[in-house]
Formats: sequence, C-alpha cells, structure tokens
Amino acid sequence: MAKPAQKNLPASPAELISYYREMLFIRHFEEKCNLAYRTGKAGGYLHVYIGMEPLVVGWLNNIRKGHDYVITAYRDHGHALVLGSDPVATMAEIMGRSGGQSRGKGGSMHIYDVEKQFYGGWGIVGGHTALGGGLALAAKYRKEDRVTLCYLGDGAANAGVFFETLNMCGLWQLPIIFIIENNLYAMGTALERHAADPQLYKRGFPFNMKHERVDGHDLIEVLNHSKRIIDDCRENSQPYLIEAMTYRNMGHGAADNDRQLYRTKEEEDEYMKRDCIRLYEAFLESNGILSRSEMEKIDAEELDRAETVYEEADKSPFPEPDQVYTDVYTDMTPEVGH
Amino acid sequence: MTNMTYREAVRLAMIEEMDRDQNVFIMGEDIGKYKGTFRVTDGLFERYCQEPRDWLVEPPHPEILDGVGRRVIDTPITEPGIVGMATGAAMTGLRPIVEMMTMSFSILALDQIINHAAKIHYMTGGQISVPLVIRGPGGAANQLSAQHSHSMEGWYAHVPGLKVVAPATPNCAKGMLKAAIRDDNPVIFTENPGLYSMKGDVSDNVDEIIPFGKARIAKEGKDISLIAYSRMVNVSLAAAELLAADGIDAEVVDVRSLLPLDTETIYNSVRKTHRAVVVYEDWKSGGFGAEIAARIAQDCFDDLDAPVGRVGGLNVPMPYARVLELQCIPNEQDVLAEVRKIG
Repeated sequence: MAKPAQKNLPASPAELISYYREMLFIRHFEEKCNLAYRTGKAGGYLHVYIGMEPLVVGWLNNIRKGHDYVITAYRDHGHALVLGSDPVATMAEIMGRSGGQSRGKGGSMHIYDVEKQFYGGWGIVGGHTALGGGLALAAKYRKEDRVTLCYLGDGAANAGVFFETLNMCGLWQLPIIFIIENNLYAMGTALERHAADPQLYKRGFPFNMKHERVDGHDLIEVLNHSKRIIDDCRENSQPYLIEAMTYRNMGHGAADNDRQLYRTKEEEDEYMKRDCIRLYEAFLESNGILSRSEMEKIDAEELDRAETVYEEADKSPFPEPDQVYTDVYTDMTPEVGH
Repeated sequence: MTNMTYREAVRLAMIEEMDRDQNVFIMGEDIGKYKGTFRVTDGLFERYCQEPRDWLVEPPHPEILDGVGRRVIDTPITEPGIVGMATGAAMTGLRPIVEMMTMSFSILALDQIINHAAKIHYMTGGQISVPLVIRGPGGAANQLSAQHSHSMEGWYAHVPGLKVVAPATPNCAKGMLKAAIRDDNPVIFTENPGLYSMKGDVSDNVDEIIPFGKARIAKEGKDISLIAYSRMVNVSLAAAELLAADGIDAEVVDVRSLLPLDTETIYNSVRKTHRAVVVYEDWKSGGFGAEIAARIAQDCFDDLDAPVGRVGGLNVPMPYARVLELQCIPNEQDVLAEVRKIG
C-alpha cells in the first residue's frame, strides 16, 4: 500500500502534516456528529463525510479561501471545517443551538458561512447546482477572478436542473468546477442502477466543458490534479466537470442503519483497506514526513480537539422562541400566531 | 407625469434601476434580441449590450455566444436553471430580474423559487439575502388555453420568505417594480397580460417608489367594498359604474400587494361600507381571494351586514375557444351578480 518514496511532493512537509491533521479532525468531528445523533443532541437528517475527506482537504486547500466560492449539498460539515468556519459553531448548528452559524435554523444539512464564502449546505438533490452556476455567473458579471467549486453527489448528476446548469455554464464559459463526489451510491441505489452511463464525467462532454474522472482516495493525487484544474479554470474562465471516485465508509445518513440492504460487507472491507487516511499515513511514513508514533500523537490530539468542540457546542443555549420569526425577511416580520 | 402604457411603465422602471445600479441585470428567455414575447424588454439589449461579448474571456464559440449580453442575458428555455442561477448570483449581492415568458412557466421553477430562494435568508440565519425579482405576465391573455393562462400569485403568496405584488395601473407598475428591484428579498411581480396596453399617467420621478404592503383606494364609495388586485381592479371599476346606475355607491380597493397584505386599508373600507365582495381571476377555490374573504369574515364580523362575497375564475383548466375562455374570466356582470346575491 505504501507509496514510492521521492514522489514529487505537492506541498511542504509542514503543509502535508496540517492536511493530515485536517483529515483526522474531520473524521473525529464526524464521529462526534454521529454520537450527537445517537444521543438525541442532533436530529433530522445528518450525513457525515467519513471516507471522503481528501475531496475537501485536497481541493479546498488549493483555492483562495475566503475569495473563491464554495457550495455543496447536505454532506457539508467537512467543507465548512476546511474553509475555516468555527468548528464549535458548526457543531452547535448541528445540535440546533443559538451558537450555530445560522443560530440553529439550518442544522446539519444547511451549514453556511458567508464570510468564508461558503454558500452551504442544501437539501434538494441537484437543486443547489444552479445556485453554484449563479455564483460563477456573478463572478464573471463582475469580472472577478473568483473560481466556484460546486460539489454534488453521484445521485444529483441525474437531476434535470443540473443539466440545465451545465448547459448555461458551458455556453457562457463560466469559471466553475463541478465536483461529483462519486461514492457509488445515490442513497441506497448503486451507480449502475441509477445512471444510464455510470461514467459520470462524460456528462461534461455535450456541454462544451472539460471533464475528467479522478481519484478521490489519495490525497496527494487530489492535491496535484485539483491545483492544475483550479488554475486552468481561473486563468481561462474554463468550466470543468470532475468525477471524483470516492467511497463513504458510513451509511448515507445517520438514519441509514442497514447498509447491507444495498452493498455487501465484502465490498466495504475491500474499500476499508484503501481508506483515505490509512493511505495517507502510509505515504507520510514512507516519505519520512511522520513516524507512526508521531501520527498516533497527532491523532490523539485531534480526537481531543473534537471532544472539546463537542463539549463547547453542547454548552450553547437553544434559540429563544421569538427567534422563530426573525430572518424570514430582511426588513419585515411575517404575521404572527397560528 | 407622462402618459404611457403599462408595458412601457414596466420597461421604464427597469431602465431607471439599471441606470442607477450596475448590480441590476435582466435574464430570461428571448428578452434580448427578440425583445420579449410581450415586447416588455424592447430596446434593453441595444441600450445595455453594445459590447455583447465584453464579459466573455476568449469565447470559444463566438457564433453561439453572439446573442449573450452582460446585463440583458438571453437564456436557454430552462426555467429551473434560470431562476437557480439568478438566485445564486443574487446571493452575492447582484440584483437579477428574471423575466418569465409567462408566470405559467414558473411552475417548472417552483423548487428553485420556493425551496431555495424563499428559504435562504432563514436557513442561513440572516447571513445571505436574495435580492431577486421574478416578473412576467400572469393570468389569461387571449386564447392561450390551459397551459399558458395561470394566475400564480396566490400560490406564491402562500410562501413565507417571498413578497408578492400584482399592480393594476401603469403608475403602480413602475413604482412597485422599482421597489421590487431595490428590495433585498425575492419578489414575485405579476403583470396581467390584459393590462400591457392599458394607458395611464406615470410619475417621472426616478426616485419615487411605491412601497409594498399599502393597498390603494381606486374609487371611493360608501355602500359596498369591491376588493381586487391586478386586472380585476379594472373589472371592479367597471362593475362600480354599473352599480352607480342602480344607485349603489361602490368603493374599489386595489390590494396590489398580496404579501405583505395591507389588511387595515381593506378593513377600514369594510367598516365603512359594511359589505364586501372579493374579486380575483385565479381559480375561485383556494385562491388568494379566499384568504382575503376569510380575514374579513373573521376580523370584521361585527361590521358586516352581509356575508362576504367572492368572485373568482371558474374551477376549470382554461379552455381555448374564446367564448369559453371569456366565460371563465370574471367580468363586471359576474361582480354585479355576486353583489346582488349577498344582498
């Protein structure tokens, strides 16, 4: 499994170590989210990013954070964390507390941090892709050099509004990168059972858009190709459709408690051997960047950090009842009462 | 004041606001080179897109992109995508105006309007606002039959997070569209196609806007309140003339803003006349007129000398044949009949 040594490093050793920390922190944070769900501190729908961490750590460390636009669907915690959104606020939002970014009105599926140019956090499969196109349209309208990263799942790649958006982004050559997080399942329906052509990257072809299928497990690979693609998109106002092959180690959501309804234990075991963090640890070790004992120490630190975040978020109060009427409009209150 | 058509008033509002604010742009189907299906956007492409490709970096297919302007953007015929992209642009502070070729087509974009645009400010805890206007013809035109004749305003007025207006006169159209464009919330602005050629005096003041949530007394009277919006205000005014011949002095209230709704002006009229008939073009059952009627019945119960009357469109898909179409759309005789019925 170990990567060959002397591979061209896409970042400095210090950066590579910080990426390791980020992947571990996301994983432990997401485990805490699952804990919050199990203990009733989080409700509704909750989708964790475990197994897919390189897609945020790799891509989002190559954009200009706070300048470029990022938008995704409901599996959105990792994006917020890598973009620098306060993890305590993120956990508080997931717990429906007033300390959340949206003061408890959004929840797990609707994390936003506009200061970090993170535009959420959307619950309708495929629906947000048009909003992503609009972010890119705005950048081009203003003649800014912002790139938009619009993440979506493989299930959303079938949505009608996604095709409409691809058409306009290709037609107007908008600076946007659609990243299909292809984790092989649209909820519980396997790729080959939901897509007429399971090679989803080909959907960029009819829309005058560069399109590639890339690896989403190996962080080094992700860092390399994401840099190349982001640079081209920014410099040439060139839209991309990227199909990033990945796997979610957990269920679709916290309520998905029987994964064997749609995928085998053998398949899961096979993918766990190639888990992105284990893969990256092998890389770090074989390149002499971190020893096993150093990695264990970092892992313990990140776990500790996630626990602190969980506890801090849990101290945040629930929203006051009068908050139900705020933020419906910018300038007026809706009619009150039942 | 300048005398102009409703169509020209809508256009003038857009021109004044686009001149005033570079963040305002318009996108929609055939609004540029084609000038809009109802010619509302006539001249805008020429005015704002002298360099139609100035915003495009090295267009790879200039023959395709020739028709795309920066501030007047011709789009493919894909309403969900159009509304979604406009909403995304609005999230960054731009002020897009989406022209729906007809409001009937906004049905395709309901998910983007209701489940995205209307929810964003709330779901983000106020972090993001959506200064978006969706405007276009709503209601029956002339033999456009079942799929092109919807009155959608009542559907949208059901949705918290949207504002919904339906002006009846050229002056209201201009002043309220300017208010809509300056509003930081998503606004549904509906223009009955039967009003486009109606003429009226329009304010020349580029800074004058007509704020939402204020109804207008279109005609004062003391015997009965006819409460309407959009083209049904004209129908109610015609009915009022017929009633005058019978010695009945009707007041006509132009609601013009459905969400927010100015109940006080409506209630004050009813408290004066003690009778009310609500007139609306939408299907009678479950339409917005039913909401107005229910509120009057509940909040003005002691002031009423008769049950609240309602005149709405027939509860059928809009037929093509002109005689049947005219049967579906409320007219002054229908209003008269309802006035007599409630006694």
